[in-house]
Amino acid sequence: MSENLLEVKNLKINFKTYAGIVQAVRGVNFEVKQGETLCIVGESGSGKSVTSNALMKLIPQPPGIYEEGQILFDGRDLVPMTEKEMTKIRGNEIAMIFQDPMTALNPTMRIGKQIMEVILKHNKNVSKADAKKRAIELIDQVGIPFPEQRFKQYPHEFSGGMRQRIVIAIALAAEPKLLIADEPTTALDVTIQAQIIELMKEIQRTSNTAIIFITHDLGVVANIADRVAVMYAGQIVEYGTANEIFYNPKHPYTWGLLGSMPDLDNDADQLLRTIPGSPPDLIHPPKGDAFAARNEYAMQIDYEQDPPMFEVSATHFAKTWLLHPDAPNVPVPEAVRKRIEGYIQKNKEAGIDLGKVGE
Amino acid sequence: MLKYILKRFVYIFIALFLIITITFFLMRLAPGSPFASEKSFPPEIEAQLNAEYGLDNPWYIQYKDYLISTAQLDFGESMKYKGRSTNDMIAESFPISLTLGVEAMILAVGLGVLFGSVAALYHNRGVDYVVTTIAVLGISVPSFILAGLLQYFLGLKLQLFPISGWNGFIYSILPATAIAVTHMGFIAKLVRSSMLEQNNSEYVKMARSKGLSKWGVLFKHSLRNALLPVVTYLAPLFAGVITGSFIVEQIFAIPGLGKYFVTSITNRDYTVIMGTTVFYSIILLLAVLIVDILYGFIDPRIKLRGGKKA
Ligand SMILES: Nc1ncnc2c1ncn2[C@@H]1O[C@H](COP(=O)(O)OP(=O)(O)O)[C@@H](O)[C@H]1O
Ligand SMILES: [Mg+2]
Repeated sequence: MSENLLEVKNLKINFKTYAGIVQAVRGVNFEVKQGETLCIVGESGSGKSVTSNALMKLIPQPPGIYEEGQILFDGRDLVPMTEKEMTKIRGNEIAMIFQDPMTALNPTMRIGKQIMEVILKHNKNVSKADAKKRAIELIDQVGIPFPEQRFKQYPHEFSGGMRQRIVIAIALAAEPKLLIADEPTTALDVTIQAQIIELMKEIQRTSNTAIIFITHDLGVVANIADRVAVMYAGQIVEYGTANEIFYNPKHPYTWGLLGSMPDLDNDADQLLRTIPGSPPDLIHPPKGDAFAARNEYAMQIDYEQDPPMFEVSATHFAKTWLLHPDAPNVPVPEAVRKRIEGYIQKNKEAGIDLGKVGE
Repeated sequence: MLKYILKRFVYIFIALFLIITITFFLMRLAPGSPFASEKSFPPEIEAQLNAEYGLDNPWYIQYKDYLISTAQLDFGESMKYKGRSTNDMIAESFPISLTLGVEAMILAVGLGVLFGSVAALYHNRGVDYVVTTIAVLGISVPSFILAGLLQYFLGLKLQLFPISGWNGFIYSILPATAIAVTHMGFIAKLVRSSMLEQNNSEYVKMARSKGLSKWGVLFKHSLRNALLPVVTYLAPLFAGVITGSFIVEQIFAIPGLGKYFVTSITNRDYTVIMGTTVFYSIILLLAVLIVDILYGFIDPRIKLRGGKKA
């Protein structure tokens, strides 16, 4: 299990716009092992979608530019690959689940056909009848009743949650090694969200598929992550096992995210709900630490020099000057700590144990 | 579905009734009469002719007579051309107009879709600019000017096509082009923008993420959805081709229905005016109905029921 399925090295993605070059992803590093789930969290605009689309080479060029870096999938670098080579990888080895199930399906094609399409595309020796059988199995597997009837229906005959299940079925159709889910529950209402998360967890258990799960909600992360990457302004600012991120968060931005998790019982600490300020302009990223302007613990150096990734443990890194040996010792704010404890408690009661990795 | 079609037929009958009424009164209001135009008859003869065609009756009797004969689809004898029935004239000239019209529609839709798709595929590149410019030019040049230009350059100067008349396929190319170009430009622009819209939608990204090639995505997914607006445009296109043919058939001296329609109006040939108007109206109203039904088949989200779109 130590072999990395995916290794992203110093990935930089820019967009050429009339206003200037938008540096959407600014040197991102992470790995995903087979069967493992990596969660990428961050506010909206932090570059999560661009990163995930970049992994599949789905960034439109122009305006997108792969400025620098490597995407090593199974040892091969995807960045220099041609469109034609990518068509053999997309849907087959890497599959994707999109944020908005209402628009992710072709409105004028029967859903059965939309599932079969992937199967037929990537298995040249599968007959139409077999593909149909497999598609019906998949509809059943993602928890949709009456799969035979559903096979013949159009997307508008499905609810949002059901459509997301279909999108998941399509993603699973070719048994990919890596599944990228870009905020798959954000567009759904809360009860449906929980069901889709359950389904993702079942996929985790029953297949050996690695998952990159993107979300802006750390509450979801506790549920499914092995590893967590916290993204801010196109960079990963903290990276560690789910355990480390929840029990021992080091970056003030992570504290902010943890503090802004919806409080399940008591709605005290309203102040903590959001991180004050807004993300920096990515056309002219600030000098020093991009988070400095919003960081109540910012020091002089934060405005002058970009911090490196400090190693907390062999699996845990954070990009903040607070980890420098000379920095003052700043503990996790009390209110945030309480919020986290509440969450961990809740999860324990629900039978969820954090941190499968690194124990 | 059946209920929907029945309902639509009721609307068609109401529309026809209104069209007949309006045409009738407009004919009465327009100065002149079928027999007053060129040679001036002695008053006795004109009175006799008026009596023969029932033009001396009070207007409500004439109106009633028109309604009855129209309901029987018998439009009577031409007032200008002795011994020719309007129905015969329509039967003779309509196939010519139909050939011309269908040819123009195929040209407009075929090339319009092709140009529009190519422009969208090469969005913001040279090909796109060229196609868009041609499309805008095509939309802005009226068909009668284009007809003249085609006759002059391709017919007279280069001698590639006959200038006028109707004597085989080669004669239809210039008039069909003259009718089609405006619509071609319009369809090209429509397809281009609709295709670009589709290409930005999530399901196209999804199709790409499934591993389909650029062309696979185009033919299996985006094209069909991008063409839905073109289907909607078919009914106005049909109407446009018909009105275009009025002028273009005149310019190219084509003995089609459009030509008869126009001359019947200048001649105040009441029976022919009424006959051709009703005939055109029926065809147009049916075309609109067919397009709506077709749309229901192509777009599964649209359910045809009781006249309301769900
Ligand atoms: N096509 C594009 N052109 C210009 N800027 C883009 C484009 N796509 C994304 N961006 C920019 O990249 C940044 C990251 O966006 P995104 O990855 O969508 O954020 P999120 O974390 O919410 O998924 C945003 O600032 C966005 O404006
Ligand atoms: Mg996003």
